[in-house]
Amino acid sequence: MDFLAKEHIMLQKMYREFTENEVKPLAHELDEQERFPVETVGKLAKYGFLGIPFPKEYGGQGGDSLGYTMAVEELSKACATTGVVLSAHVSLCAAPIYEYGTEEQKQKYLVPLAKGEKLGAFGLTEPNAGTDAAGQQTTAELDGDYYILNGSKIFITNAGYADIYIVMAITDKSKGTKGISAFIVEKYFPGFGIGKKEAKMGIRGSSTCELIFENCKVPKENLLGKEGKGFTVAMKTLDGGRIGIAAQALGIAQGAINETVTYVKERRQFGRPIAKFQNTQFQLADMQTKVDAARLLVYRAARLKDSKQPYTVAAAQAKLFAAEVAMEVTTKAVQLHGGYGYTREYPVERMMRDAKITEIYEGTSEVQKMVIAANILK
Amino acid sequence: MNIVVCIKQVPDTNEVKLDPKTGTLIREGVPSIINPDDKSGLEAALKLKDQLGAHVTVLSMGPPQADAALREALAMGADEAILLSDRAFGGADTWATSSTLAAALRKIKYDLIITGRQAIDGDTAQVGPQIAEHLGLPQVSYVEDLSVEGASIIVKRIFEDGYHKIKVKLPCLITALKEMSIPRYMTVGLVYDAYREKEVKIWTLRDIEDTVDKSNIGLKGSPTKVKASFTKGAKTAGKVHNVDAREAAKIIVEKLLEKYIIS
Repeated sequence: MDFLAKEHIMLQKMYREFTENEVKPLAHELDEQERFPVETVGKLAKYGFLGIPFPKEYGGQGGDSLGYTMAVEELSKACATTGVVLSAHVSLCAAPIYEYGTEEQKQKYLVPLAKGEKLGAFGLTEPNAGTDAAGQQTTAELDGDYYILNGSKIFITNAGYADIYIVMAITDKSKGTKGISAFIVEKYFPGFGIGKKEAKMGIRGSSTCELIFENCKVPKENLLGKEGKGFTVAMKTLDGGRIGIAAQALGIAQGAINETVTYVKERRQFGRPIAKFQNTQFQLADMQTKVDAARLLVYRAARLKDSKQPYTVAAAQAKLFAAEVAMEVTTKAVQLHGGYGYTREYPVERMMRDAKITEIYEGTSEVQKMVIAANILK
Repeated sequence: MNIVVCIKQVPDTNEVKLDPKTGTLIREGVPSIINPDDKSGLEAALKLKDQLGAHVTVLSMGPPQADAALREALAMGADEAILLSDRAFGGADTWATSSTLAAALRKIKYDLIITGRQAIDGDTAQVGPQIAEHLGLPQVSYVEDLSVEGASIIVKRIFEDGYHKIKVKLPCLITALKEMSIPRYMTVGLVYDAYREKEVKIWTLRDIEDTVDKSNIGLKGSPTKVKASFTKGAKTAGKVHNVDAREAAKIIVEKLLEKYIIS
C-alpha cells in the first residue's frame, strides 16, 4: 500500500522472506499433525518478532503497532497457526504487562517476553464465561503474601507452551465486574496446571488448552494493575488483541487469494486456463477489493493505537470486517479450486477452516457489533 | 578490523523481461534487490563482525533509490552506509564505476574490501578486480570461503574443476561468490533503526574530488560503448526425435559435429 512508510515496506519485505522460507514449508504439517511450531517460535524470537511494539529498554524492538500488525498478517498468509502464536503472545500477554505493569513487573516479565526468551498467554474465558466475560468463577483470595487462585480457564491459546499467563480472577464477588483482578502467573507456580487440549476445526497447530488452578499460590506482587481493575485490564487488552486477530484474518484472506491466483492460471478447462473466464475474474476482483478494504480498516486501527488515539471502535470494526471477509474469501477460494480445493492437497481448505475462528475468538462478530453499535447510539 | 562491502542494487532478474524491440531491460515495476553475490559477501563480512567484532561499511554507487539497498544492509547488521550519488557519475561503465568507487575507498578505513563476483544485470565481473588495481591491492576473485588468520585471510578460490586455498595479507580485496554464504534475514529492530536512527551518507563528486581523476568518471569517462543489445532469437523450430537414450545421444553428437560445436 502506497501510504506505508519506507520502514514498513522494508519490514514487509523481511516478513515475506521469513514467511516464505521458515513458515510456509511447515504450515501443512502443523495442521495435519496438530503440532505446535516450537522451532518457529525460536526463530521468531531470533529475528525480533516477539517484541516488535515494545521499547528497547524493555527488550523490545522499538517498533510500533502497525509494524507488529503487518507481521501477524504476513505470517498468517502462509500459516494462521503461526500468526496466532505471535498475536496471543504480544497482544494478550506482553502488552498488558507493558500497559499496566509496575517497573518491577516489566523488568521481570516484559523483558524476557519481548526478547522471546519466554512465551506468553492470556486466560479470561471460562466454561460459563465466554461473551459474558463478567461471569467469572475463578477466585483469588489474599492469604498473607500470596493470592490463592482456584478455578479453571478454557480455550487458552499457547497454553502448555507459554511460560507466563495473564489470568483474571474474582477478588471480591460482591462487586461484579469491579471485583475482578488480573494476575501474572508463571507456569511453575504451585497449584497451576494445564488441562485438556482441544481438538479443533482450524488453527490446529496452535495449542488450545484448559488452565487449572488448585490452591495456586501467586505472590502478592504479581497482581497486575490495581485490585478490582482486572475487567478493565481484560477489556483494554482485548481491544489491542482484536487488531492482531483482524490482521490474522486479513493474512488468511490474502493468502487464499494468492493461492487461487496461481491455481486459476494453471488449471485448464474447456481448452484454456480458468483465469480466462469472466466468472473467475469477477470473483477475484470482488475478493481482492474486499481484502484491500479490510486492510485499510486494520491498518487504521493500528495507526490510531500508535498515535495514542482511541481505537476501541476502530479495532472492533477491523476485526468484524476482516474476519467476515476472511470467511467469505476463503470459501470462494475453495470454490474456484473446485474439487481439488476440497482436498488437503491444496492449502485453501485449511485456510477456510482457519478463517472461521477469526469470527469467534477475542470477541465474536456479534460482540464487535455490540461495541460498534453502542458507539453509534451513544 | 574494518571491512567495506561494495554492493549494487539490481533489478530482480527472475522477474525482469527484455523489450524485444529495443533489447533493453524493462525495469518498470520490477522489484530491486541487493545483487546476490554482493549480499553473500555482506553476509561473510557480518559473520566476521559476529566472530571478531569487525566494523562493516557498505558502499554503493547508484541513483537515490539505491538508498533502499543500503538500508537493507544496515537492517542485516552493517554499521555504516555510504551512497555515491551524483549526476556526474551517471552512465558509467565498469571502468568509470571502479574509478569512482576506488576514489571513495581512498577516504574510508579498510583492512578488507569485499565485492560480489559480478552483478546479475551486467555479468561483467570487472568492477571488483578493477578497484583492487586502482588501489594497488592484492586481490582474489571467485571466493567461496574466507577465514581470518592474524594479519592475513585464508580464502578458497573456486575454479571450474577445482579450487585454490590462498593466504593473502591484509589489506586486500576479494570478490565473493553467491555460494559463499546464505544471507541472514533482516532483524525487526534493525529495520526500524535503519530508518529512524541510522543514516545513509550521500557522497557527491565534491566529496571525492581530491581522490578522483574526473576524466575517469561518468559517461564521459567510460571507454565502453554499447553498439547494440538484442534478444537472442530462436532461429529454427526444434525437432523431436522419439528414440531411446543411446540413439538420442548419437543424434545429438551428429548435430554438434555438423554445427562445428565439437570436432
